[in-house]
Amino acid sequence: MKIIVCVKQVPDAKDVRLDPKTNTLSREGVQAIMNPYDRHALEEAVRLKELHGGTVTVVSMGPPQAEEMLREAVSCGADEAVLVSDRAFAGADTWATTYTLSQAIKKIDDFDLILCGKQAIDGDTAQVGPGLAERLDIPFVAYVRKINDCTANTIRAERLMDDGYDLLEVGLPALFTVVKEINEPRIPSLKGKMKAKKIDIAKMTAADIEADPEQLGLKGSTTQVVRVFSPELKGERAMLGGTSDEQVAQLYEKLSPLL
Amino acid sequence: MLQIDVEACIGCGVCESTCTFGAIKVEGGVAVVGDSCTLCGSCVDVCEVGALSIKREEKATQGNLEDWSGVWVYAECRHGRIAPVALELLGAGRKLAEKRGVALSAVLLGSKLNGMAEELIAYGADKVFVVDDPALASFTDDAYGNALSALAKKNKPEIILAGATAIGRSFIPRVATTLATGLTADCTNLAIRDEDGALLQTRPAFGGNIMATIVCPHTRPQISTVRPLVMKPLARDAGRKGEIIAANLDPNTLKPRVKVLESVVEDLDRVNLSEADIVVAGGRGLENEKGFAMIRELADVLGGAVAASRAAVDSGWIPYPHQVGQTGKTVAPKVYIACGISGAIQHLVGMQSADTIIAINRDADAPIFDVATYGIVGDVFEIVPKLIEKFKERKSA
Ligand SMILES: Cc1cc2nc3c(=O)[nH]c(=O)nc-3n(C[C@H](O)[C@H](O)[C@H](O)COP(=O)(O)OP(=O)(O)OC[C@H]3O[C@@H](n4cnc5c(N)ncnc54)[C@H](O)[C@@H]3O)c2cc1C
Ligand SMILES: Cc1cc2nc3c(=O)[nH]c(=O)nc-3n(C[C@H](O)[C@H](O)[C@H](O)COP(=O)(O)OP(=O)(O)OC[C@H]3O[C@@H](n4cnc5c(N)ncnc54)[C@H](O)[C@@H]3O)c2cc1C
Ligand code: SF4
Ligand code: SF4
Repeated sequence: MKIIVCVKQVPDAKDVRLDPKTNTLSREGVQAIMNPYDRHALEEAVRLKELHGGTVTVVSMGPPQAEEMLREAVSCGADEAVLVSDRAFAGADTWATTYTLSQAIKKIDDFDLILCGKQAIDGDTAQVGPGLAERLDIPFVAYVRKINDCTANTIRAERLMDDGYDLLEVGLPALFTVVKEINEPRIPSLKGKMKAKKIDIAKMTAADIEADPEQLGLKGSTTQVVRVFSPELKGERAMLGGTSDEQVAQLYEKLSPLL
Repeated sequence: MLQIDVEACIGCGVCESTCTFGAIKVEGGVAVVGDSCTLCGSCVDVCEVGALSIKREEKATQGNLEDWSGVWVYAECRHGRIAPVALELLGAGRKLAEKRGVALSAVLLGSKLNGMAEELIAYGADKVFVVDDPALASFTDDAYGNALSALAKKNKPEIILAGATAIGRSFIPRVATTLATGLTADCTNLAIRDEDGALLQTRPAFGGNIMATIVCPHTRPQISTVRPLVMKPLARDAGRKGEIIAANLDPNTLKPRVKVLESVVEDLDRVNLSEADIVVAGGRGLENEKGFAMIRELADVLGGAVAASRAAVDSGWIPYPHQVGQTGKTVAPKVYIACGISGAIQHLVGMQSADTIIAINRDADAPIFDVATYGIVGDVFEIVPKLIEKFKERKSA
């Protein structure tokens, strides 16, 4: 089984905080990490490979620094890694991102399954998976929380919904996005780390993927960010003072009519 | 690309402190831009000497945008029930349609949809396109995506809104890709730009740390998924008149490549939380499971539901379906009582549209007070038991 996993390098959101005075994200010590959901996608791919044989290829569109993350993916069990990197990709929205990734994937060879994370924790759109499936004209399943069964031609999987779950059967090739419930990602093995050090990361530029320059990056994007700002908070902030008995009495007065 | 005029730049650093993405820095007296630049344009506006500009090689506008007219709402329904977000979107869509001077339509896809189209009209739709077909009985990306795409291609709406639900966020990206147009995810505010009638779509990103306003300038329709419980539905008016259009689609478009073997409803707890009028929420300030029991008791006497911050859920005091925030539920009850919750932005995005917010926290500087209608600086272990007593008295009185 040939599996492709799409991974994105993101800033670690735990460390990202907004400075209310300067209106900027304080980035002190913010690390670039592998998107947490993509770790679960990678883990699932490696488990499928261990069960059914095959290969796992990780693909990322990003700046040259993303190479480090791809090596980490190899240390966690990926066999090959491809970095799709070019200045021309800068400013891509999900439309341009899915175009770029689909062009790269068409160059990689055939595949049975593509796994993506549910969403990236920076852009937060969750649009790349379904958009990419449409570009490649293959079936798509979102929020996969469990792969129950897998044969050469079909997969049975559970899709998490707002009110429960659906059990689905899908013909391959297909693209899934996965949620965190699907598995517990492993830590890199020693053997994996050795392999990661030595591996040759394949690089693809806009020319290599035979991309139409009109479709790339900011120029190829259908959406445009016109303003970025910090969320405004609009409380009345009426503070109820006094002793705790007085505070409770005031709150009771305010609350009673609302109940 | 962000262009920096190094001759003009005075190295003042204003751009550096404006950039939310840490992409521009002053090095050796001039600004230098790095790879993380998203071309958002914030720095361009603040540079007083005009040293910055964005070279936008604009995408060619696709066809005549004027050919596209009308606002559409995808009216999600599942297991025989219209999703509440569909009615909220009709409320939001009504305002946009009036501002644009166009009709508001709903699109209803499913099987055995008796009476639902009338309901959508009562909540504000002028027209309802209905595809009622056994092939749409269960949700599949293929059938739903093809149906909505086909209807949009034929009728050319300028705007399509859908709920940012599991279903909406799954198949709407495919519709946008098929129609070769832009899609803005998980919006919390929508408005029409006065100059050109463009849809201004505002959404949180970076785990709720920043807000971005996004437009779709060169293609139509403009499509947004919208977060549930943020928009307000109109009052139901059974006397409203509207047109119901049964749409005929080529049966081939409704053939899914994915087979739904079973569709299981669980997690009713979660549904209750998002529909409760009163929500009592606890955070790390409750210290342990026993402390958290106090929250349940207060919720019980008030007849409300229990919610929690992620810290409380991670501590194992209450299961995940009760988590409110960026990675949990969004709630908009009449009253939200936050006890021992600091008010991290990831929590606030899940509850700040509650009508009345009450915060109890011993730290007067806790950010939760910034969204509070009423705040009490005090110890939860002192305040909450007294509050429970008071309401118990009232109940027995
Ligand atoms: C503030 C802000 C708001 C934005 N809002 C929008 C918007 O509303 N609509 C829009 O179209 N664009 C938007 N963008 C642009 C969007 O973030 C980028 O297009 C980004 O490249 C992909 O989107 P995402 O991060 O949301 O990924 P998601 O769609 O959330 O990612 C899902 C999965 O796709 C895969 N994936 C995503 N990106 C890559 C990659 N580069 N390489 C390999 N795999 C990948 C991963 O498996 C990931 O888990 C916004 C950007 C910013 C900075
Ligand atoms: C990507 C991402 C997603 C996230 N998603 C969510 C989410 O969905 N929901 C969510 O809630 N969080 C989320 N978080 C976590 C969030 O950033 C906060 O860490 C979390 O909300 C903190 O929970 P808390 O307020 O209970 O705890 P703390 O921040 O530790 O606050 C405890 C508060 O209790 C007060 N306190 C302590 N003792 C007492 C007492 N005796 N009496 C009165 N007050 C007392 C303290 O003053 C303090 O303000 C997310 C974070 C990230 C990075
Ligand atoms: S704000 Fe303008 S002048 Fe100041 S450092 Fe930035 S580019 Fe240079
Ligand atoms: S355009 Fe936006 S992201 Fe780029 S450097 Fe300026 S402020 Fe930063």
